[in-house]
Amino acid sequence: MHLLEIRNLAVEFATARGRFRAVDGVDVTLDAREVLCIVGESGCGKSVAMLAAMGLIDWPGRVTADAMRFDGNDLAVLSARQRRQVVGKDMAMVFQEPTSSLNPCYPVGWQIAEALRTHHAVPRNKVRDRVVELLDQVGIPAPATRLGAFPHQLSGGMNQRVMIAMAISCNPKLLIADEPTTALDVTIQKQILDLLVDLQRQRGMGLVLITHDMGVVAETAHRVQVMYAGQMVEEQGTEGLFAAPRHPYTAALLDALPERALGRARLPTISGMVPGIDDRPQGCLFAPRCRYADDICRMVPPVLAGPAGRRARCHYPIVAATAGEATP
Amino acid sequence: MSVLMEAQDLRRHYPVGGGLFTAKGLVKAIDGISFVLRDGETLAVVGESGCGKSTLARMATLMEPPTDGELLIDGKPTSTAAESERRRLRLNVQMVFQNPYGSLNPRKTVGSILEEPLALNGRGDKSAREHAARAMMDRVGLRQDQYSRYPHMFSGGQRQRIAIARALMLNPRIVVADEPVSALDVSIQAQVLNLMMDLQDEFRLAYLFISHDLSVVRLIAREVLVLYCGRPVEHGSKENVFANPRHPYTRVLLAATPSVDPRHRKQTVAVKGELPSPLNPPPGCAFASRCPHVTGRCTAERPEWRKLGDRMVACHYAESI
Amino acid sequence: MSEVDTTAGARPATPPMPNRYVLFWRSFAENKGAVVGLVVMIILMVLAIGADVIVPHSPIEQFREAFLTPPVWQHDGSWSFLLGTDDVGRDMFSRLIYGARLSLIIGVSVVTLSLIFGTVLGLTAAFSGGVIDTVIMRIMDILLVFPSLLLAIVIVAILGPGLFNAMLAVAVTYLPGFTRLSRASALSELARDYVTATRCAGAGRVHLMFNTVLPNCMAPLIVQASLGFSNAILDAAALGFLGLGAQPPTPEWGTMLAGAMQYYQRAWWVLTFPGLFILITVQAFNLFGDGLRDALDPKLKR
Repeated sequence: MHLLEIRNLAVEFATARGRFRAVDGVDVTLDAREVLCIVGESGCGKSVAMLAAMGLIDWPGRVTADAMRFDGNDLAVLSARQRRQVVGKDMAMVFQEPTSSLNPCYPVGWQIAEALRTHHAVPRNKVRDRVVELLDQVGIPAPATRLGAFPHQLSGGMNQRVMIAMAISCNPKLLIADEPTTALDVTIQKQILDLLVDLQRQRGMGLVLITHDMGVVAETAHRVQVMYAGQMVEEQGTEGLFAAPRHPYTAALLDALPERALGRARLPTISGMVPGIDDRPQGCLFAPRCRYADDICRMVPPVLAGPAGRRARCHYPIVAATAGEATP
Repeated sequence: MSVLMEAQDLRRHYPVGGGLFTAKGLVKAIDGISFVLRDGETLAVVGESGCGKSTLARMATLMEPPTDGELLIDGKPTSTAAESERRRLRLNVQMVFQNPYGSLNPRKTVGSILEEPLALNGRGDKSAREHAARAMMDRVGLRQDQYSRYPHMFSGGQRQRIAIARALMLNPRIVVADEPVSALDVSIQAQVLNLMMDLQDEFRLAYLFISHDLSVVRLIAREVLVLYCGRPVEHGSKENVFANPRHPYTRVLLAATPSVDPRHRKQTVAVKGELPSPLNPPPGCAFASRCPHVTGRCTAERPEWRKLGDRMVACHYAESI
Repeated sequence: MSEVDTTAGARPATPPMPNRYVLFWRSFAENKGAVVGLVVMIILMVLAIGADVIVPHSPIEQFREAFLTPPVWQHDGSWSFLLGTDDVGRDMFSRLIYGARLSLIIGVSVVTLSLIFGTVLGLTAAFSGGVIDTVIMRIMDILLVFPSLLLAIVIVAILGPGLFNAMLAVAVTYLPGFTRLSRASALSELARDYVTATRCAGAGRVHLMFNTVLPNCMAPLIVQASLGFSNAILDAAALGFLGLGAQPPTPEWGTMLAGAMQYYQRAWWVLTFPGLFILITVQAFNLFGDGLRDALDPKLKR
């Protein structure tokens, strides 16, 4: 039984210019002890998809899914109360901007204790000790002295550690991290990612890491899902994805990385723009920008196809005949 | 190749706080930076938050005078120049900012934004300005029908193009780019970087390219200057610094940068601790509190900025590490 | 969907973005109360502008034979005095319509005066910083110490009663509000990159203040102005009621109220209609101002 199983998730928003599908037919499968990275550029819907899984999407968003199961429980049929008992306890989330994700009016010790108190995880007289223990586990030096510190008194890296402490306080089975290191310096980023991976390994949690940084994906993930314009376009193991991407978008994205440039040659770019609400193509969403697209691609939307664990949403997934060669 | 800008031991200190009972503190945002910028070349300034790169950007565009040291543009010292001369020199250095969503006036059309620098400096009449603006739009890859649109109608990448176009309207020799692609997606970043390289080749621009993203720096820079807490720690050609970093902080930075290519991944040496507070810089080397090779000499004595083979470095033990 | 061109650089054809004024109207019109307020405002403006044509009588002409005539629908009413007459025989309807004109003039003048001076002071404080900023803001603080109506009374007492002096006094009491608002907006805009970019391009301080920053501060100022409109009418009416504003026979609604207090039992219409008109006008402007703020606030946009 998978820890997290989501089939055909769709999130629609009613906007002034019509209904907008931010997430369209996304599947997510995660087992315990597994690190899944959901990668994509801004606006692809990766954050919205995970917020929907946590039940954090309010009106005017509408969430539908064929299946949304966590740890055997069907999330869709839970009442709001039952959901609150799961979210924050067994399923926890860490957000992007640590300093603004924490309440500026309360000290960090109080905020972590709040998580413990809400889920009655620990008897009241043990709460303070548990908070100190958590701060120590996330690597904050002299934790007992930091209980009364306010978020604005701590650096971004420290605040992110506090957020992680809040998230793991009730021993969750699943941790979702939404771009946890984007706002942080590179050396702090490394510390936080190492911390997340260590915690994941020690506690046997499932970790979903949402990011747009391919380097982070390469160094952290077991499996990768690539999203484009609300749809999942490719899903593969990490090594396979970087060595032989199957979807043209993934290949183009990897080619555009400055790391892969040779000398001072110009970087290969992807022409065109991500479709917005007005210009969603009839067929494949990537067809207007894909150099292998033909009439079938433009008329018929492709479905996820391919061997299990290596699927791509493409009529002509790339087959690497020899190293680096791509054939439509 | 001519020297366009030269910095000689630049320092910028801010007095902070102080009251009836507490002494005034001094934040040394920049403490002793020197470099030379030639036309057609890119000097990349690399560092994390608090390293002083934003202050350096402001000083390079003559928005703030140095507390000490000298900045020469076209060989002319800027601190002793008359106000009119400074204003004239300032037009030679323009800036591109990090945040594409904040660097354009939301209430002005693209055309108006591009023409404003010309209008402010009395260059040409209205039709000449419009002509120049439209020509620049072509050059950076914007369509002519976007001339009357407002910034909120554009994506991040397109706004950066507008920002670059605006920076070039006055035909500057030097462009200070403060993390110009950090807020952009990978595919858009590639387009903007290509554009910047094309423009550099065409106009022989000098770039002072501030970034924390080493993979971008590796692509676009010729020389790399690494800053830590306002002080320079290493300065050399890109190839040398990336292939063989001599300062422990440079090594840590390179190791910490996540990379898709397994060959680029150095031994993972996660550095512990956080940057020291700018109000209380340690007396010795600024990196001493986090350096894996720290000794007693490091905490007591500040290393001097010295030449080591093909580069400059500030470390007591650079030879042996 | 139209056929898409996949050559590099081409984009699929998009429908044109609606005009920003159309989008603004759509957001504004979602708030029904605000639309009602706008409609009432327009009616009032039409009445005020066309007062000379609409009203049957002069507002100050006294009809000796018709003191305290009740409104037309009551037992002794007359069609020539639709809403009755007051204690010296002046037609209420005519006086109320001319009063609308006066009230609108009061609102516009007070707000305009206050807005212009307040914005200039606020921008100057934000851009100068240091001593000038402190001096300006402390003067504003001193003005805020006094309850606004009392301050207005003091100023009118010094200058002498009259409608113009009353408007001046009320404008002074609104000055701190606009100054602080424009200063706060300007300070937050000053930190933005586009101001730095314009400075880099060679802009002087005056250009930065009025050409670059001010247009971006307008939204909260406009909302404050529209709410200040209704407050100005109310404050001028209060001063009029106290006898310090417009003097009789000027048909200002507050002044009309003052003279009518004694007739609340005998002739309810002399008291009720001016009060009712003040209520409707102030409410209309408030609803409009609220709708404007909601429509202009980017965070509420979907």
